[in-house]
Amino acid sequence: MPTEASSPSISKEIKTVSGITVRLCGDSGDGMQLLGTQLTNTSALAGNDIATFPDFPAEIRAPRGTRAGVSGFQVQFASHEVHTPGDSLDALVAMNPAALVTNLADLVKGGLLIVNEDSFEDKDLKLAKLKVNPLDEPAMENYRLVKVPMTKLTKLAVAEFGMSTKEADRSKNFFAMGLVYWLYGRNMDATLRFIHGKFGEGKSVVAQANEKALRAGWAFGETIEALGTSYQVDAATVLKPGTYRNIIGNQAMAWGLLAAAQRSGKEVFYASYPITPASDILHELCKFKNFGVCTFQAEDEIAAMCSAIGASYGGQMAVTTSSGPGIALKTEAMGLALMLELPLLVIDVQRGGPSTGLPTKTEQSDLMQVMFGRNGEAPLPVLAAQSPADCFEIVQEAWMLATQLMLPVIVLSDGFIANGSEPWLIPDVSKLTPIPIVHPTESNNPDGAFMPYKRNELLARPWAIPGTEGLMHRVGGLEKEDGTGNISYDPDNHQKMVQIRAQKVANAAKLLPPQQVIGPQSGELLVLSWGGTYGSCLTAVQKAQEQGLSVALAHIRHLNPFPSNLGEIISRYHQVLIPELNMGQLRTLIRSRYLVDAVGYNKIKGKPFTVTELLEKITEMARTGNRIAQRTAS
Amino acid sequence: MSTVLPVLKADDFTSDQDIRWCPGCGDYSILAQMKKVLPEIGVPPEKTVFISGIGCSSRFPYYVNTYGIHSIHGRAPAVATGLKLTRPDLSVWVITGDGDSLSIGGNHFIHLLRRNVDLNIVMFNNRIYGLTKGQYSPTSVEGQITKSTPMGVVDHPINPISLAVGAEATFIARSVDSNIKHLASTLKRAAAHKGTSFVEVYQNCNVFNDGAFSYAQDKATRDDTTIELEHGKPMIFGKNKDRGLRLNGLSVEIVNLEDGKVKEDDLLFHDEKATSTLVYMLSRLRRPDFPEPIGVFRDVITETFEEAVLGQIKESIEQRGRGNLQKLFNSGETWKVGA
Repeated sequence: MPTEASSPSISKEIKTVSGITVRLCGDSGDGMQLLGTQLTNTSALAGNDIATFPDFPAEIRAPRGTRAGVSGFQVQFASHEVHTPGDSLDALVAMNPAALVTNLADLVKGGLLIVNEDSFEDKDLKLAKLKVNPLDEPAMENYRLVKVPMTKLTKLAVAEFGMSTKEADRSKNFFAMGLVYWLYGRNMDATLRFIHGKFGEGKSVVAQANEKALRAGWAFGETIEALGTSYQVDAATVLKPGTYRNIIGNQAMAWGLLAAAQRSGKEVFYASYPITPASDILHELCKFKNFGVCTFQAEDEIAAMCSAIGASYGGQMAVTTSSGPGIALKTEAMGLALMLELPLLVIDVQRGGPSTGLPTKTEQSDLMQVMFGRNGEAPLPVLAAQSPADCFEIVQEAWMLATQLMLPVIVLSDGFIANGSEPWLIPDVSKLTPIPIVHPTESNNPDGAFMPYKRNELLARPWAIPGTEGLMHRVGGLEKEDGTGNISYDPDNHQKMVQIRAQKVANAAKLLPPQQVIGPQSGELLVLSWGGTYGSCLTAVQKAQEQGLSVALAHIRHLNPFPSNLGEIISRYHQVLIPELNMGQLRTLIRSRYLVDAVGYNKIKGKPFTVTELLEKITEMARTGNRIAQRTAS
Repeated sequence: MSTVLPVLKADDFTSDQDIRWCPGCGDYSILAQMKKVLPEIGVPPEKTVFISGIGCSSRFPYYVNTYGIHSIHGRAPAVATGLKLTRPDLSVWVITGDGDSLSIGGNHFIHLLRRNVDLNIVMFNNRIYGLTKGQYSPTSVEGQITKSTPMGVVDHPINPISLAVGAEATFIARSVDSNIKHLASTLKRAAAHKGTSFVEVYQNCNVFNDGAFSYAQDKATRDDTTIELEHGKPMIFGKNKDRGLRLNGLSVEIVNLEDGKVKEDDLLFHDEKATSTLVYMLSRLRRPDFPEPIGVFRDVITETFEEAVLGQIKESIEQRGRGNLQKLFNSGETWKVGA
């Protein structure tokens, strides 16, 4: 283990700031995601509130040095509460010209720009399709440019280990990391533990080289004159007391499934087919076989969905996950699950569409698909997570609904929150409440055959499972007679069953809390948002409120059914704004349901909202509203 | 103290639903044989599950008083896999047809077989789409006139047994709907096998493809047009047991046993445990050049899918101890925010 002080003190001026947004970008093989994750964890351990945004190409290794291959990781860490990874960058680290030119626009004027100057040679410029070196452009005067010969310095730093040039070059991201750590006074302990854990204890040359590069980067910051100031971001004091850890959305989803299983006395049967950006849930869950988790990588999306149906019929907690294209494939089987009235979870981690679309980019464009994308009258409950940590909560809520109502429940996440992370207050497991499940052991019809579709007050049917004597029954996709479950083509029965299935979904509202509003309970403008845009919308609304504008936020986590008080809330505001990363899917639902002339703010760029653009729209609408109100009054 | 186990009868497996197959359909015979063998297999109705897809055959689960799922087109193997992975204690049967399992469900079919999930899949092959009223199926023969092929089928048909060999199924058999003794014994063999048991049943659709298998059904011809496979026995067929199959190089040829020039020992002997080469060769024997084999082509034992999957879970618990949520949540780097 390292004996050197892991984070030597800083001798230069230290300036305290309340928050920093930094983006690290380079080739997809440069280890930028690793660098970003380490900076995030280290900042979280320093007690900062954090929000992250990894952004990487769909190609595993796009040609080196090209714009297509640029991978980035953005993190905002602050001593105040943060809900977004930040709009604009205080600092940008660019490992090559392609990374520089594709990210520079987000760096604030006067911002710190650190580049690896060794990778700005003619061949690098050519790969980035640049005729002139951007470092020589006059525009560079707008930034505090620090050119660092990272490749050379890393090579020198690790020379003692006798590695090849190529091998030595792999430690370069740790050099960059050391420099960034110095810049923000970050403690290197956690990263040193990571290095030695991942690359081998003690004698591993790779581990030693990476540590050396990290320390060399730190020392470089301490030495060069170009960097006169180091910044300090104090621990956030706004967080609720307790023990925290950093959690990524997909990880929170997987852990939430484990918690839901424990609460209901079940084990997780998880079936899926690999798809970006949902696969990490599979990767996470397959580690937990000792929790009794059974993961099944099916031959296709349809088989994943269908095997979940089989597992649910058998009495297990069945889950399948996918993204938009896979959900499209599961559609018919989701209709079957609805018809069989079996509890299971379908998780859709949305990405840019249509078709293959933008696999690694975020979007909210599957709402209509999960609401209506099935043949026949086929409503299902739809819940949407609002942040990485919320994935943990929402999936448990979904399982509660599924089991109490006996139907499949859809959970929406998206690429932004699936890969993003935030601090998570670790719950006390002993305080988790049970999710009650009853499998009948006796017939509900003593005078005749068991009635698999005899319902309780919530319209849920009994979850009788194979192996139970006397309760043998057949379920299927054909319309069935209420009560007996026998095939029925009777016209009145069909209408009745369609209405029952719709009412069952509507009954979910009885099991869910009412909608909350952040801000004034009535007034000029209500911002209605859902899903992963929560952080940006909340921040924008708070900023508008600070400006004295009459603006409130209602962030909807339960999209079908809508919370019972939503219509009443909407009626208390003059205007409604619905920002979405789609063409207005929630807006269409809200307009048709509540007959309100809601306005949309729609962005379909594969990127999350910036607070700035939302604030602009909110300000415009709130001010216009005020002017109209004043005119009408005078 | 001893309890007297109730003796199961065919009626114990009869549901209260009216059967809606066409009069004269081959499915009736398969249902009857199934209900006959289920009590003999000895698994009680509540531990038995029938899962089907879509098609005439797939109405089957409604007619047996067990647990059952009438699922969607082609997907029964996937539904059954999920059930079996969570409930290995159950006896699971998949009922399917040639269109259901080889066309829309072809993918699930091959993956079920190669995984070797411990269940039985019975495919009613009638070489036609019955429920949709007479379009050609993936096993329809070339030139067959159907509602969707007025000038004859041009697709080359799938050979289900060859496909099963390719997917390395551990139990492969074929029987004929009207050959009730053979069918019953084949279903029993399938149930006894641990792993995926695949049974193709030649089934007559008397409405849309009547007589497709009459050669194998008619008592007058079937001894000449089919050959019954028996483990360890020479391959002899014909009403008078006067012809046999012999290997000539890598081909099978028919030899006459009447004149005594060819001895029984020179014939091909059936071996259910043989490598897939022999099974594949047998699967290629087709009328009119050869008699078509019926019986068990292959019966080998390998680890089942659920044994392997659940074995890893068991091993993981043994090695790491039962998972603890609180420990998991608190693992890795954590920090405290003071009150």
